[in-house]
Amino acid sequence: MFFTVSLYISLVIFVFGLVLKVSSWFRFTLDPEDEASKAGTRVSAALKGIFLTLFSRKILRVVKAFFLDILFQSRILRESLLRWVMHMFLFWGFLLLLLMHALEKTISYPLFKDYSATLNPFLFLRNLFGLMVLIGVGISIYRRFFLKMPLFTNRMDRYALVILAVVMLSGFLLEGGKIGSHTAYESMVEEYAVTASKEELKALESYWVEEFGTVSSAVKGPFEKEILAQGKEVHEVACISCHSKPQWAFISYPVAAVMRPLGGLLDRAGIPVILWYVHFLACFVGLAYLPFSRMFHLIASPLSLLANAVMDAKESDPANLMTKQLIELDACTHCGTCTSRCAVRIWQEEILNTKILPSEKLAPLMAFVQGKNLDEEKIRSLQEGLYLCSNCYRCTGVCPVGINLQELWFKAREAVLARGIPEVLLLSPLSFYRALRREELAQETYEKPLSSIRRALEEVCNRVDLQDSVLDIQKADLGFRKDLGLSDWGESYSFCFTCTTCSVACPVVQRYPNPPEALGLTPHQIIHAAITGFSDPIFKSNMLWSCLGCYQCQEACPQGVRVTDVLYKIKNMAMERLKNKKPADKPS
Amino acid sequence: MKFALQRCCATSIYLTQYESSTDAVLNALGVELVDIKQFSCCGYPLKNFRYRAYLLSSAHNLALAEKEHLNIMTMCNCCYGSLKHANQILKDHVPERADINASLHKEGLQYTGEVAVRHVLDILHAEIGIEGLQKKIKKRLDGLPIATHYGCHLLRPSQVAQFDQPADPSKFDDLVQVTGAKSISWAKKLECCGAPLWGINDELSLDLTESKLSDAKRAGAAFLCVACPFCQIQFDRVQRILHSRRGADHALPSILYTQLMGLALGIDAKTLGIEKNEIDSTGILKHFS
Repeated sequence: MFFTVSLYISLVIFVFGLVLKVSSWFRFTLDPEDEASKAGTRVSAALKGIFLTLFSRKILRVVKAFFLDILFQSRILRESLLRWVMHMFLFWGFLLLLLMHALEKTISYPLFKDYSATLNPFLFLRNLFGLMVLIGVGISIYRRFFLKMPLFTNRMDRYALVILAVVMLSGFLLEGGKIGSHTAYESMVEEYAVTASKEELKALESYWVEEFGTVSSAVKGPFEKEILAQGKEVHEVACISCHSKPQWAFISYPVAAVMRPLGGLLDRAGIPVILWYVHFLACFVGLAYLPFSRMFHLIASPLSLLANAVMDAKESDPANLMTKQLIELDACTHCGTCTSRCAVRIWQEEILNTKILPSEKLAPLMAFVQGKNLDEEKIRSLQEGLYLCSNCYRCTGVCPVGINLQELWFKAREAVLARGIPEVLLLSPLSFYRALRREELAQETYEKPLSSIRRALEEVCNRVDLQDSVLDIQKADLGFRKDLGLSDWGESYSFCFTCTTCSVACPVVQRYPNPPEALGLTPHQIIHAAITGFSDPIFKSNMLWSCLGCYQCQEACPQGVRVTDVLYKIKNMAMERLKNKKPADKPS
Repeated sequence: MKFALQRCCATSIYLTQYESSTDAVLNALGVELVDIKQFSCCGYPLKNFRYRAYLLSSAHNLALAEKEHLNIMTMCNCCYGSLKHANQILKDHVPERADINASLHKEGLQYTGEVAVRHVLDILHAEIGIEGLQKKIKKRLDGLPIATHYGCHLLRPSQVAQFDQPADPSKFDDLVQVTGAKSISWAKKLECCGAPLWGINDELSLDLTESKLSDAKRAGAAFLCVACPFCQIQFDRVQRILHSRRGADHALPSILYTQLMGLALGIDAKTLGIEKNEIDSTGILKHFS
């Protein structure tokens, strides 16, 4: 009764969660402005897409992906043999246990005429599959906690390992307990050996104690050969048709052997019953929580693999592409492959923001998409993480569940930028990649973040105004001069004697009929302003942010001022100022 | 001859033809390229933002190459400039090296300064040599006028780049001419392509690109030839955007040097990805014989 009730409760929660999750693929969007983002449009586009795929040649690609990527998991093998072994064991062990054991009433009984949980090969296979899962869990623990790898383990990863381990271990303990259990033996005798005489039953019990590891207080070995022979006869009539030797349960039987000295006690204390509760309740908890945990990848990852096998950015319906990206957010298993291959992973050593790493972007991105109440700091760090990407595409190439991460970053970056928090990195060459796809964005969407960061720059660097005819030396930023002078890249600035050669050599200056008007300060003026310590006019000058880094000025300087490198250093300082929104140091 | 290849991040989706043509040409010339799986970005995009993160990125790859006892070959001017600059700093400045090594140590790496950084053009010019190339060439151009674009970081800052005379270089021209092309002289030859500002100040970036294109065209060029992914993307993909925004007055196809040399070596156009260039450059095929 309790079993049935808890099963149904967990099933209801599971179905509720499933509906919630699947509907979220259509409800949420990374681009609310887009017409194609509407839930209704997307459901019908998805149905149409699936229908058209089923009746086209693309179905062959689906079949191929199903066998190669889902059943054989070739994408994991390509990356690492150890991980492939781990996941194949987890996947196949879990799947086969689910089909053969957990769903035995619906699958195994109808399928196999003689199915019985205690009969070979099922008895043996259950142990084998359980062992596979445990080995998988073991390798995963080893990888995550003992191997020196750039791998981040979060709450969800730990939950997945714990729930699998609890289900498997309780299963083995339960089986071990039952092998030794006299209560279990008696209930079997009551059901299957009702016609036997007392003497025969005693012989049978002796035989089971001897051969099957049953713990009995009624009979004790060593037994006479005749008794055992008689017991065997009864066994062959009453038991053999549905009970193989428990030694075939090659894990549980040794477990039973370990428990044997305490067997009677454990049995009387009802331990097997308790273990049974633990086992099925753990399964039900896993089932109910599945849609809300990372275990949901069981459903989303195969879908992502299949969808990516037939979809591409150019041909597919934009509505379906959006839906696919939402499925991909659920498909992530947090395995860390993307991060281990990320070309900018090393930046995280210097810029302490885990969201630089691809595997660590997805969870906050999910929260962002779901409209959860993220504070500005969280959005800011997600935005920085999304921008600190060299667009090398490696993450996408290696993702075992086929997520097109690079595409996700592109869409997500715009979605986050649309919130209007100024992003200093827009002024770095990383913007190159954003601009390459500017034609896909509305002009305003594209230009707004750029003007917003320039505005933020104006606001932070407001202590000195170049319009003033006389600059107040009291407003000079001596800390700036000191930082610049002490740095390897900046120190040479003080050699400048204002000959203006750098400004003449600059191709940007040459572009404008009236350079001071267009650029604020030209290169030699920047160097001169640095000497006097006026950082604010430099930081907000168009020249600083229009510097190509082409080194014409530096090459031309007769004084050996490393002009371009000085400008690089100043840009670093400006970015730092902007990031921390710190006003200039007051003169001491 | 064996090098660790620093593939540039910009090539992986936007310029796959640079990867395939580099692989094919160097293979044909007997240069072995090794891909080091853990190589990171060279750090160039962070020079504006966080100097130490840039230095660490470059140092990371130098250390990885050192561990494999290999020198690095780059196919990008910005990777070249960044790695080479970092290499110089790490070799000459003991405190900076110690500081960076402290961070590399967490990755199980360290750098002592044993690696040389080479550009693909440098390998071709210095190692294979003009004569060596001449012997391998199977098809020659008919004197097609080509505007050779060096790209900034191959030449400047000269103390770092050390590839050629910074104000009057000739090596890349030699490499172009050996295919039978005529490397023309043009006023804006040594100027920046505009790519560093693409995304930061698009109008200015397009101005610079447009002025280079018009200058090369005025000087009689039928093609531009480059050896840097950023320059090529700027002259190809961004040129297409330029056309759609400002008209196609200065339309001029640009070809990667490895594509040009590949054709001369008789490698098929498909492997070299000639048709992948956005501004149609297949016209060059008929000039080979």
